[in-house]
Parts: sequence; structure tokens; C-alpha cells
Amino acid sequence: MQSTVPLFPEQASTIAHHVDWLYLFLVAITAFFSLLVAALILFFIIRYKRTPDREAEQIHGSTLLEIVWTVIPLGISMVIFVWAAVLYFHMQRPPSNAMEVYGVAKQWMWKFEYPGGQREINSLHVPIGRPVRVTLISQDVIHSFFVPAFRVKQDVLPNRYMTTWFEAKEPGTYHLFCSQYCGTKHSAMIGEVVAMKPEDFASWLTSGKAEGSLAAQGEKLFQQLGCATCHRADSGARGPNLAGLYGRQVRLTDGHVVVADDNYIRESILVPNAKVVSGFQPIMPTFQGMISEEDLIQLSDYIKHLSAQQQEGPLNNRSTPEQIRDSEVKQVQDQMKQQDTVPQKTSGNNK
Amino acid sequence: MSTATANVMPAKHYLNDNYGIRSWLLTKDHKRIAVLYLASITVFFFIGGIYAALIRLHLLTPQGALFQADTYNKLFTMHGVNMIFFFLVPSVPAVMGNFILPIMIGAKDLAFPKINLLSWYIYIGGALFSLAALVSGGVDTGWTFYTPLSTGFLRTPVTVLAIGVLIAGFSSIFTGLNFIVTVHRMRAPGMTWGRLPLFVWANYATSIIMILGTPVLAITLILVALERAFHIGVFDPKLGGDPVLFQHMFWFYSHPAVYIMILPGMGVISEIITCFSRKRVFGYPFIAFSSIAIAVFGFVVWAHHMFVAGISVYSALVFSLLSYAVAIPSAVKVFNWTATMYKGSISLQTPMLYALAFIGLFTIGGLTGLFLAALGLDIHIHDTYFVIAHFHYIMVGGMVTAYMGGLHFWWPKITGRMYPEGWSKLSALIVFIGFNLTFFPQFILGYLGMPRRYAAYPPEFQVLNVLSTAGASILAVGFIMPAIYFIWSLKYGEVAGNNPWQATGLEWEISSPPPTHNFHETPIVTTEPYHYGAEQEVPVVP
Repeated sequence: MQSTVPLFPEQASTIAHHVDWLYLFLVAITAFFSLLVAALILFFIIRYKRTPDREAEQIHGSTLLEIVWTVIPLGISMVIFVWAAVLYFHMQRPPSNAMEVYGVAKQWMWKFEYPGGQREINSLHVPIGRPVRVTLISQDVIHSFFVPAFRVKQDVLPNRYMTTWFEAKEPGTYHLFCSQYCGTKHSAMIGEVVAMKPEDFASWLTSGKAEGSLAAQGEKLFQQLGCATCHRADSGARGPNLAGLYGRQVRLTDGHVVVADDNYIRESILVPNAKVVSGFQPIMPTFQGMISEEDLIQLSDYIKHLSAQQQEGPLNNRSTPEQIRDSEVKQVQDQMKQQDTVPQKTSGNNK
Repeated sequence: MSTATANVMPAKHYLNDNYGIRSWLLTKDHKRIAVLYLASITVFFFIGGIYAALIRLHLLTPQGALFQADTYNKLFTMHGVNMIFFFLVPSVPAVMGNFILPIMIGAKDLAFPKINLLSWYIYIGGALFSLAALVSGGVDTGWTFYTPLSTGFLRTPVTVLAIGVLIAGFSSIFTGLNFIVTVHRMRAPGMTWGRLPLFVWANYATSIIMILGTPVLAITLILVALERAFHIGVFDPKLGGDPVLFQHMFWFYSHPAVYIMILPGMGVISEIITCFSRKRVFGYPFIAFSSIAIAVFGFVVWAHHMFVAGISVYSALVFSLLSYAVAIPSAVKVFNWTATMYKGSISLQTPMLYALAFIGLFTIGGLTGLFLAALGLDIHIHDTYFVIAHFHYIMVGGMVTAYMGGLHFWWPKITGRMYPEGWSKLSALIVFIGFNLTFFPQFILGYLGMPRRYAAYPPEFQVLNVLSTAGASILAVGFIMPAIYFIWSLKYGEVAGNNPWQATGLEWEISSPPPTHNFHETPIVTTEPYHYGAEQEVPVVP
């Protein structure tokens, strides 16, 4: 930082200058109207200063003026609204080619994990020129992932994964703040985001000490915790086969259809009876309190990995969850509409 | 004053009608209750101010100059709770509303004088709980009590403070109830709805929010207390609860509460601008109904505090759109006040200085609200100092300024004596300068990315923090001066007379201080409000 006081944070991500343009537009609007009002007030108090022979001229109002100063602010507001909403939708949709990183927040540190198994604390290395999708969860209270230089912020909740994304433009080291008050050392829950040239990032990744990829570690856990006892591919399995599950639509015993995403998998491990797959009994024990958020991420990544391996797996085998082919989705939805129930998305509350 | 010679104190008035501590503690006179409120909220204003001063001093250096992080967290929590629930919410309604509103509509008291007294006792009860939370160690939840931090992680006396806030909430429900019934049932003959002073309209709108919104806060705080005591699992995710549900419930009250805090101030401004411009108000129905519009729209914008909290993009879209709906009636008010001055006969006495400061600062505060309602931009500035600057422009630049304006405006009516004009103008100027120096740098700090509630911060933010602290020390002087000269004026102030401002309105037709029952006979209203006109003599500013 220079010795002079800066007015803007660095523009280090692809969206930063979009946000700044909107900000400048609003600054201009604010300056214009504040100065207009101030100028009018100053003019009036000088021009209409009370003197012994000055009498006020009584005016009741003007409907025309009222309409003017209702419609103009309304119009300006709508311009701001639309502009900001379009930008917001852009900021909320991670590009499909984004690199994945997982983050676990806890009082008072940030832990990050890469699919390759590399981990770091209070620092996040990312390549420039490539979108990065960060999937975040908290171990305790609500935190918030805030990188001012990227104009990115996302609350980190303890009960479900939240995602945010950014694409760094300039190599450099930037502040990472927790911006949601989280207790005693809230202001010490800071870290850095290090944006690197792709080749530097690649060598950084390989230099890290990883104990195998997340999926490999997840597979180990899958065996250790005995998940494989029930979640098998044979016909006698008591639990749904997890191959090919990730990203698919799954029908539940209550007839709802949900997408098997990270939140669904996490919830199914912690609260197995919340969403039981159609055709199976609610017999799975909870793993709440037995495994950490990092473990959950590894398991999740393993299950994802299974899906990538077995895209072409059997779908109507007894031992697989009652999965639905994409071509069948519409039919199922229509069926459900008739039952007067609306299919729920898992991205919302798990209620 | 041109008529200084003729002013004498009335022989009998509400202050000397009765003496002794009992006559105050058991009074049912709305004016005395207003004075009780004035004394108690002033105490809390200065306690809250001490917290603020300590916060600003601490932030002089990046590592924090004075306290451990824990202590700092308690300071900003107690500052917020004190200022919001024990100063801003009661401020104008409970002091000036209580005192002036019944007189303005020609009533001898509020509809339920005993409930009015009860509301003060309840307020004091709540205040004592909040002080108990302070002396038993202080609470570090932030005034927002966000779960699961408040319910599962803090061992400070959160429940005690929550009970304090809960209790104080009932006092504002009672005040709101009293105002609504009084305005409906006790208007003097001829005081039609279209003749109500705009101060009454503003307090009426506020009362609607108080009785509809405050119960939700009560429920929310009860749930927090139950969650802490019995782990009922409403908000705790480990028990299947949802922490974001808390935010919905909390902001369902606390966003409208912003309008509880600002609407009465807008009412004060309408009274002052007309009086010191000697003008009928410009667009009376538009100002009156914009208060109601703000009260109504205010209930459907709460989730704009939650754009990054994990609500769906579509609900964010709806709440952003609705938030702009609140901006329109606020803009309408600002333009109407400004237009009221056009071709007026303007004198710049202290209340008018405060009113003009209000218009300017509220305009900045309101417009910066548009930044926060703008989805793509809010992502960056949410939970930063930008938010702090914005709401202090509304709450201090707006509401406290309006409160100070109103206090100077009605001080002669309340006490029968004038405050010293020179000193008060000077202090108004000091407040204006100090305020802007304190809070303007925080807009920049926020955009740079300094998060709120930080006990320590990166060194590059120091210059702006030092500016802000310097401003705060000027601001403190500006608020201490009135405390001194108001007390001084009780004994040495010039006798005010019935109507020192040559203002219209029933409150200026009775003596200052008013008699115990306000009116010796029920007034009959024959004119619209603010009937400033050619037939009136125009006083000359000394």
C-alpha cells in the first residue's frame, strides 16, 4: 500500500471493476442529489432570509412536482436494481470449468483443502486466469468469507455448504477476512489469498505434502467407518449403491425428488433419516459427532469420484438408489404436480 | 425576541402543580412522564456515548490501543443495545411524542395514562436488566444476537441482556398502543385527520410498527433464551435447527425498527421547517402518506440484511426490489421539505440548523442505503464499515439530529425557559462537523474492505480510523455542551412565553410550561395545520 490513503481496494478479480463501476455510478447519484439538496437549501436560506419586510408566500404544493419527484427516483432506482441484479446473478453462478477448493471455517481459522489432498491454514493459493469455486462450511458458528480485492463475500454456515467463486486477475497476496462476527477473536480470523501464475501454482501444488487425494482419503474413511457394509453394488445391499449417485436426481420414500449434491450427501451422513431413498429402510445410524467436516468433504469427494468412474453404471438394479434418468425427470415432475407436491431443491433449507 | 418584555412564567403549571418524589413517580400526567423519559434516555445516551468513545479510542491503532478483543466485543455490543433499545427507539416518541402529541390534537392526556406510566416503569426494568448484564461481565453477542454464536458458544450473560431488551420492547408496544388509541379517539372537535400536524402522522405510523413488529422481537428473544437454557433446537444446527431462521425473525422486527427510529424524527423536521420558514408545508398529504407508506413497505424488506447469508437468489431479487420501494417515500419527504422553504421567510435559529443538517445527512444516509440494496454491490460492502457509516448517517445524522432539533424547539414549551441561542448554535455546528468527520471516512474504509466489529485491523486502514476518532472527540463536545446549557437554562434561561417561535399549532396556544390539564377548555380547531399566513405578524430575528 502507498503512503497516501487509497479510496479503492485493488481490482484483483474479473468482477472487481464491474462492481466498482456500479459503485461509482451510485456515488455519482449520491453526490448529485446531496449537492442538489444542499445547494437548494443554501440558496433558499440566503434568498429568502427573514427580514422585517419579508413575508412568506404561501404555497400548498404541486401534484405535478410530486409526480416528478416520485417518478425520477423510481426510474433511477430501477436502473440501479436491474444493473445490480444482473451483476449479482453473474457473481452467483460459478462457471462450469471452475477449479474446486474446499474451505472449512472454525473459531478462529480458515482451513482449505484441494481435491489433490493439499491443505493449508489461513491461506489460499489460487491460479490467476482460472475461475475458482470455493465450497465452504463452518464447524461452529456463522463466519463469512470475504476477499475485498476480489469483491467476493459469502457467509459460511454450520449446517450446509455454501459456494462462491472468483477468477483472480493479478498475481499478488490479498486479504482474506472473516466478515461475520464470530466471537472473541473475530478480528484475528484473517488470512491471505495468494494468486499465482498458473505455472507457479502448478509447482506449488506439487510441492505440497498431500496424504493422497481427497477421494483416496475418502475411500479409506469409507472402509474404516464401515460404510461399504451396506452401500454395496450387489443385490443384497441394505443401502443404496453410491456409484453414479452424485449430481443425479433421487426419489425419496415420501415421493419427493432431490438432487444428490454435496449438501444432500452431507445431510445423509449426519441425519440419515431426513431423506431416505425410496425402496430402502431408515436403518442407517447417524455419524454426527463422529466425523469432522474435513472427513465429510473427503467422503463427499470420494462419492463424486465414484460417479466420475462409473458414469455408465446400472440404474435399475435393486441395490442402487432409485435413480432417475434425465429423460425421466419431466415425467416424474408431472406426476408429482398431480399429487399437489412441489419438488424441492436441496439448495434451500433442508426442511 | 421582539416581545421579550411581556413574558412571565404562568403561576400554575404542570411542574409546580405538585411537589415531591411521589408526585413524579406516581404521576399520570403525560408531560411529567415525558420528562421522566427525557431524564432516563439522556442517561442512556451518555452511557452509550461512553461506549462509543472507548470504541473509537481503541481503534486509534491497528492492534487496538486499549482493550482485549473480548472487552472490545462487549463494548460494541453494549453500545448497540444501549443506543438502539434504550435511546433511539424511545427517544422522540416517548419524550416529545408523549409531551406534545396529546396537546397537538387538543387532548388533555393520552388515552391510557396509567399504561403510559407503566411503560416508563417497564422501560426502567428493561434498562436495569441491561445494566445487570453489564455489571455481571458484559455481553459479546453484538446487538444482533446472531445464532448459533449467541445460543451455543458464549458464556456471557446473554439471557439477562435478551430479557432486558424483551422487557423494554413492551414499553414501546404500550406507547404505540396509547398513541394509536389517542389519535383515533381523543382529537379535539375540528381536528380532522387532514388537519393533524405531520408530527402526529409520523408518530402514528411509528406506533403501527411498534405494535406489529415488537412482538416478533419478543418471540425471537424468548427462543434465544430457551435455546440457551434447554437446547430446544430451533436455531442450533446440531439439533436440527436453522441459524438463518433466527436472522429472518430478528430482521423482521429490526428492519422495521429502523423506521421506528427515523419516522418520528421526520415528524419533528416537518414541524421545524414550516415554523422557521413561516410556510405552510409543501405537499401535506404526500408527507403524511409517505410516513404510512414507509411503515408498510418497511415490513417487507427485512431480508436485504441477508443477501450473503444463504437465501436463494430469487428471494434476494425480490427483497432488493422491495427495498427500493422504501426509498421513494423517503425521497418524497426530502423534496417536500426543501420545497417548503421556497419563498419562505427563513430564520436560522438552532432548531432550524438541526433540521437543515437532518435533511442533508439523511439524504446521504438514504442514498447510501441504495448501495446496500443493490445486490451485486452489497456482496462487497455488506458487514463492512460502509454499513456502519450508512446507518449512523440515518441514526445519528438523522434521528439524533432530529431529536436535538426537537428538543431545542420544544424546550421552551417543556420548561418555560429559553436555552442560550449562541451556545446552542455553536454546539449544532460542532455536532455537524464532528459527525461528518467521524462517519464519512467510514464509507471509504468500508469500500476498502474493513469488516465491522474488528478489534484490530490491517495498518493500511489506520489513517481513516484516526480521522474517525478525531471526529468522534469533536462530536462528544457537541453533545456535552447541550447537556450543560439545558441544565443551566432551567434556572437562568430567559422566560419563553407561550409562543417564542410564533409557531402555529395548539401546543403554542397554551402557556409554557403547560397547565396540568393542558387546556382549560377543549379547543375547537378551525384551520389546517401550519396556517402561517399574511395576517400573522412577522417577528424579526434579533
